[in-house]
Amino acid sequence: MMQFMLLFSRQGKLRLQKWYVPLSDKEKKKITRELVQTVLARKPKMCSFLEWRDLKIVYKRYASLYFCCAIEDQDNELITLEIIHRYVELLDKYFGSVCELDIIFNFEKAYFILDEFLLGGEAQETSKKNVLKAIEQADLLQESQNEDWGGLSSDDIL
Amino acid sequence: MALKMVKGSIDRMFDKNLQDLVRGIRNHKEDEAKYISTCIDEIKQELKQDNIAVKANAVCKLTYLQMLGYDVSWAAFNIIEVMSSSKFTYKRIGYLAASQCFHEGTDVIMLTTNQIRKDLSSPNQYDTGVALTGLSCFVTPDLARDLANDIMTLMSHTKPYIRKKAVLIMYKVFLKYPESLRPAFPRLKEKLEDPDPGVQSAAVNVICELARRNPKNYLSLAPLFFKLMTSSTNNWVLIKIIKLFGALTPLEPRLGKKLIEPLTNLIHSTSAMSLLYECVNTVIAVTKIVLIIVRINILSCTVVKYLGLLAMSKILKTHPKSVQSHKDLILQCLDDKDESIRLRALDLLYGMVSKKNLMEIVKKLMIHVDKAEGTTYRDELLTKIIDICSQSNYQYITNFEWYISILVELTRLEGTRHGHLIASQMLDVAIRVKAIRGFAVAQMAMLLDNAHLLAGNTQRNGICEVLYAAAWICGEFSEHLEDPLQTLEAMLRPKVTTLPGHIQAVYVQNAVKLFAAVLTRRETAGEKQAAQETTEMLIEKLPQFVQSADLEVQERASCILQLVKYIQKLQAKEVSVAEEVTALFAGELNPVAPKAQKKVPVPEGLDLDAWINEPPSESESEDEKPKAIFQEDEPKHSRPRLTELDEQELARRREARKQEQANNPFYIKSSPSPQKSYQDTPGVDHIPVVQIDLTVPLKVPGMPISDQYLKLEEERRLKQKQEKKDKKKKKKKEKHGKSRRHDSAHTESEEDIAPAQRVDIVTEEMPENALPSDEDDKDSNDPYKALDIDLDKPLADSEKLPVRTHRPSRTEGLKSPDVDTTAEEQRPKKSKEKDKKKDKERKVCYFSGHKDHLFNLLQNPSNHQHLNYKVYDIQGNLQDGSQVVVSVIFENNCTDFLKSMEFNVLDSLNTRLVRPSGASVHDGIAVPFQLPPGVSNEARFVFTVQSIVMPQKLKGTLTFIVKTEDGSTHEKLDFKLHFTCTSYLITTPCYSDAFAKLLESEELKVNALKLDSINMPFHHLLAKICFHHHFSVVERIDSCASMYSRSIQGHHVCLLVKSVSMPSCGQ
Repeated sequence: MMQFMLLFSRQGKLRLQKWYVPLSDKEKKKITRELVQTVLARKPKMCSFLEWRDLKIVYKRYASLYFCCAIEDQDNELITLEIIHRYVELLDKYFGSVCELDIIFNFEKAYFILDEFLLGGEAQETSKKNVLKAIEQADLLQESQNEDWGGLSSDDIL
Repeated sequence: MALKMVKGSIDRMFDKNLQDLVRGIRNHKEDEAKYISTCIDEIKQELKQDNIAVKANAVCKLTYLQMLGYDVSWAAFNIIEVMSSSKFTYKRIGYLAASQCFHEGTDVIMLTTNQIRKDLSSPNQYDTGVALTGLSCFVTPDLARDLANDIMTLMSHTKPYIRKKAVLIMYKVFLKYPESLRPAFPRLKEKLEDPDPGVQSAAVNVICELARRNPKNYLSLAPLFFKLMTSSTNNWVLIKIIKLFGALTPLEPRLGKKLIEPLTNLIHSTSAMSLLYECVNTVIAVTKIVLIIVRINILSCTVVKYLGLLAMSKILKTHPKSVQSHKDLILQCLDDKDESIRLRALDLLYGMVSKKNLMEIVKKLMIHVDKAEGTTYRDELLTKIIDICSQSNYQYITNFEWYISILVELTRLEGTRHGHLIASQMLDVAIRVKAIRGFAVAQMAMLLDNAHLLAGNTQRNGICEVLYAAAWICGEFSEHLEDPLQTLEAMLRPKVTTLPGHIQAVYVQNAVKLFAAVLTRRETAGEKQAAQETTEMLIEKLPQFVQSADLEVQERASCILQLVKYIQKLQAKEVSVAEEVTALFAGELNPVAPKAQKKVPVPEGLDLDAWINEPPSESESEDEKPKAIFQEDEPKHSRPRLTELDEQELARRREARKQEQANNPFYIKSSPSPQKSYQDTPGVDHIPVVQIDLTVPLKVPGMPISDQYLKLEEERRLKQKQEKKDKKKKKKKEKHGKSRRHDSAHTESEEDIAPAQRVDIVTEEMPENALPSDEDDKDSNDPYKALDIDLDKPLADSEKLPVRTHRPSRTEGLKSPDVDTTAEEQRPKKSKEKDKKKDKERKVCYFSGHKDHLFNLLQNPSNHQHLNYKVYDIQGNLQDGSQVVVSVIFENNCTDFLKSMEFNVLDSLNTRLVRPSGASVHDGIAVPFQLPPGVSNEARFVFTVQSIVMPQKLKGTLTFIVKTEDGSTHEKLDFKLHFTCTSYLITTPCYSDAFAKLLESEELKVNALKLDSINMPFHHLLAKICFHHHFSVVERIDSCASMYSRSIQGHHVCLLVKSVSMPSCGQ
C-alpha cells in the first residue's frame, strides 16, 4: 500500500502532499524535509528507487516537478512508477499539457484528480477515461450549483 | 473548459481567492512569513462570517497554507462547517481540507460522525464519493466502529463508482476496527466477482493487502484467485493476485506446482516490466527455481539493474551457488555511478562470500575504499567489509592475521565515523581468537607507536577510537609484547593528552599493566637498575594525566601515581615488586554475550521491585548529594590510605575479592571451562603454515600488508593441496585438526581449506540457566496482528457491525428515500430506563433530555449501594429485524473497585439474550470492563426477539466482585428489563393520501379503548404520543388527529386520537 505521495519542485517547494497513513503534522514535516533533500541530491541518471527507513521511495522527475511516493517493503516499485506516470497523464489531460503553475494555482483540482485515481493508498480506477469522466461530472455539478445560486437538485445533473 | 467557468465564477465572488493568495505569496518572496500572517488574519475574519461561500474560500486558502507548513489546526471546526454545507462545491473543499488537516489526534473529528453518515447516504453519488475519499484519510477507530455498517451497505450500492470506493475504504476500517472484518468479509468476497472491473480490482486490492499480513486465513480463496489470474487481462489486478499467491504458497506448497505454468507463460509473454518483475519475485518465492535471472541481467537500464540485483538477493537466500556464478557482474556493479546500485551490490556480496573467495572479494572492496569519494559511501563500504568478515562468527575467515591487517589498513581511512566499529572488531578478535594475540599485540603496538598519524585531527576524526582498542590489547596481553618498554613510552607521550578522555583513561590503566610486564622482565633478568629507571620514567610522565580535565583520567592517574611512588619506595629497599604488581591484573577476561545479563532468570522469591530498605525521604537524599560532590573535590584525604596498605591487607582484600567473584554469577570464573581448553589441545603442529614467519617482513608501518596475505594464502593452499596429495599417496589417515568448533554447512571444497592458524573462536558466555527465548526480537505491537482473524468460521450472532446507537441523530434527513437502504433498514427503538437504588427509596425515574420515548422502568428490588445501572437504550438491529441491542450504563457509586461483572437474564420464550456459542442459557455474559470507583461505562447486549407485538419483562441478575482493602466480596444485583411494544416503533413520516390508502386497504385490525383520567390539553397529548411512542401526526382537525408509525418488522400502526377520549388503534 502506498504510504504517501509528495510533489515538489526542483527548488524543494512542496506542491502537493497526500498521506495515506495518519501522522502528526510534525512528523509529516520532518519526513517531507528529509525526503525532499534526499531526492534532490540525487543525480539525474540515478536509479528511481531508494530505501528509506523501512519504506521504499519511488520517484520520478517530470520537467521541474518531482513526484515521489513511499511504498511498503513488499510493494512493486515498477507499478508505482506506473502510477506516477498515470497521474501525470491524468493531470495532462485535465489541464491540457500541464505545467507546474497549473498545479500551484489549482492545487485543489490536482487533489481531486488524485483522489479519483487513488484511494487509501491503492489504485482505485485503472481506466483513465473513467477517472476523467468522474472529475468532469463533479465539476459540472459544482458549476451548475454556482450558476444557480438557489441550488439545484443534484438528481437533475446526474 | 468546465474548469475555467468554475474559476471565473469564483473570481467574481471574492476579494481574495486562492489564486490571489498564491500570487501574493509569490510576489512577497522577501517577507513571505509576514504576508502570510496578514493573510491568516484575513482568513480568520472570513471564517467569522455567516456566508458559507466566504467560509469555503477561507478554508480552501487554509488548505494551501497547511501544505506550506503552517499550522491550521485551529480551524478544524470551520472545516467541519464547510464539510456540512449542502452544496457540493463547498462540501468538496471541506472534505479536502479535512483529509489534509485531520489526523487521529484531532479532537473535533468525533463531531463529524453524523455528517459523514448523512453524506454517505446522500442520493448524490459525488457527495458520497467525497465523503468516502475524505474518510479514507482521517478514519479513526471510533469513526470506523460507527460507520462500518454504513460503508458495508455502500459496498452493494447500485453505482460502481461508490462500490469501488466503499470496498477500498473497508481496508482502512478493518485496520482501525478489526471486529468488522468477519461480518464484512462475505460481502467483500462477493465483490471479487463484481461485474464492474473497477470494483473487482478494488476487492482484489483489499484482500491482497489483508492476505499479505495473515496469509493462512485466506488460503480458501486460492481457487477463486486462480480463476481470476487465468482470466484477467488487467495488469494491475494481475500484479496483486500474483503477489497474493507469493504469500499463500509457503503455506500450501501444492499451489507452487500449479502456478509455475501460468507464471512462466506470463513471464514470456508480457511486455509490462512491472508484471514481469512481480512474476519473477513470486516465482522465486514459490518455486525456488532460477530460470529468469539472465533475462533481467541483460537489461542495462538503471531501474531494471537495480531490481535485478534486488531479485538476486532474494534468490541468494535459497540458491547461493547460482548467484555466486554472477560474482563478476556484481563486482562490476560496484563501479556503477548510482549509489543505490552499488549498495545493493554490496548487500549481495555479503551473502556471496565463502571461505574461498572472501580474501579476493575483500581485496576488491579495499580497492573501492581507496577510490571512493564521499564519506557516506566509504563508510558504508567499511561497515560492509567488517560485516562480511565477521558474519556468522567469523565463519569465512581462514586467516586471522590477514583480518587484523585489514583492520589496521582500515584505520588509515580519514574522516570515517566508524572508528569504534573497527575498535570493537579488534577487541573481539584479540579476545576471542587466542592464537592471534601475539600478532595482534604486535600490530597494535605499531599502531600505538604511530598514534600521531591517527590522532592528527582528533576532534573531527572518529578513527582515534582504535587507539582505545590498541591500548587495551597491548596492556592486557602484554606478555606477548616484544618490547613492552617501547610501547609504554609510546603511550606516555605528551601528545596523548589531546585524545578524548575515555581513551586517555584506558591509556593510563594499561600503562600500569605494561609497567608490570616491564618490571617482570627486568627483574627476571636481574636488571634492577633498569627497573628503577622505568619506575622513575612513569613517575615523571604520569602527572600530565593527573592534570587532565577528565575526571576519570584524573582519578585513575592520581591513584596509579601514588601506587607507583609506593613501588619506588619498595624498589629503593631492594625489594622485588614485579610479582605483586602483576598480581594486580591477574585473572583472565572472557567475552560475555551482549544478552547475557538479560537472560539470567530471576531467582524464585526475589522481588526486584521491592525496597530493600525503606525509601529515603526526598529531603534526605537532597542533603546527601552535595556532600558527595564536595568530597570529590578533595580526593587527597583518601589517598594516603592507599599507600599505607601493607601486603597483608592487600592479600586479604584480594582474597575477599576472589570470594566475592566466586559468588558473583556475572563474573567469569577462572576455573577451566570447556571453551578454554583450546590452547592445550594437541594438534597445533599439524598445521603446516604456522611455521611461515609472516610477521617479520610485514611489519613495515604504513604499508598495506593484507595483499601479501592473499598471495601467501594462495601459496599456502597450493602447498596444502600438494601435501594432501602426498598424504593420500602414503595412505596416511592422519587428519588435520579441525579447527572450527562451529560447524556449519560448508561445501566440501570449503572444508578442504584449512585455516592458517589454529583458531579457536571463544563463544561468548551466557549465564548457566539462561532462557533460550529470543522473544526480544518480536514486535509486539504490530497493527496487522489484530487482523489475524479466522474468516472461514461461520458468523456468530453476536458478530454484527454496531448499528447506530442512542445519539439523537434520527431527526436528521437519514430517511431520505434511498432505495438501497430502506429495504433493510429498521429504525432503532429507544428507551430510557434508569434505576436508582440509593438506600431504601426506590424510585422510578424518567430520563429527560432525549427526544426518545422513555419507557416504563424496571425497578431494582435490591438495596444496593455499589452499583448504579441504567438501561438507556433499546433499539432494533439494522441488519436483523429480530434483534434488539440493549445498551446499559454501569456506574460505580461506591468507593471500591468493581470487577468480574457478569450480566445474565432469564430468557423468555420470546426474548433471549444472545450468548457466545457453546454457552448454556444459565451462563451470564461477562461485562468487558472493570469499574474503578466513580466511573461509569457502557456495555451492549444483543437480544433476539421473535414477536414484537407483545410487551416483555425480563428478570436478570448482575453478579460482580467488590474489591475492598480487606478483601473482596461477591455481590449480586437483581433487575428487570422492560421491552414495550412502542419501543419497537420508528418515527416514520406519512402523507395523508398514503395514509388514506392504507386505511382503505383493510389490512389493518381495529381496536379501540377509552381513557378517562387524562386531563391535559390536546396538543400536549399529541406531543407526548409523538415524543414517547414514535408516532408522527398525519393530519389534525380540531380535536381529532390521525397518527402513523412503523415497527422494525415493517408493521404499520395507525392511530386516531379524539379528545372526546376515543383513541383507536389499528394494526
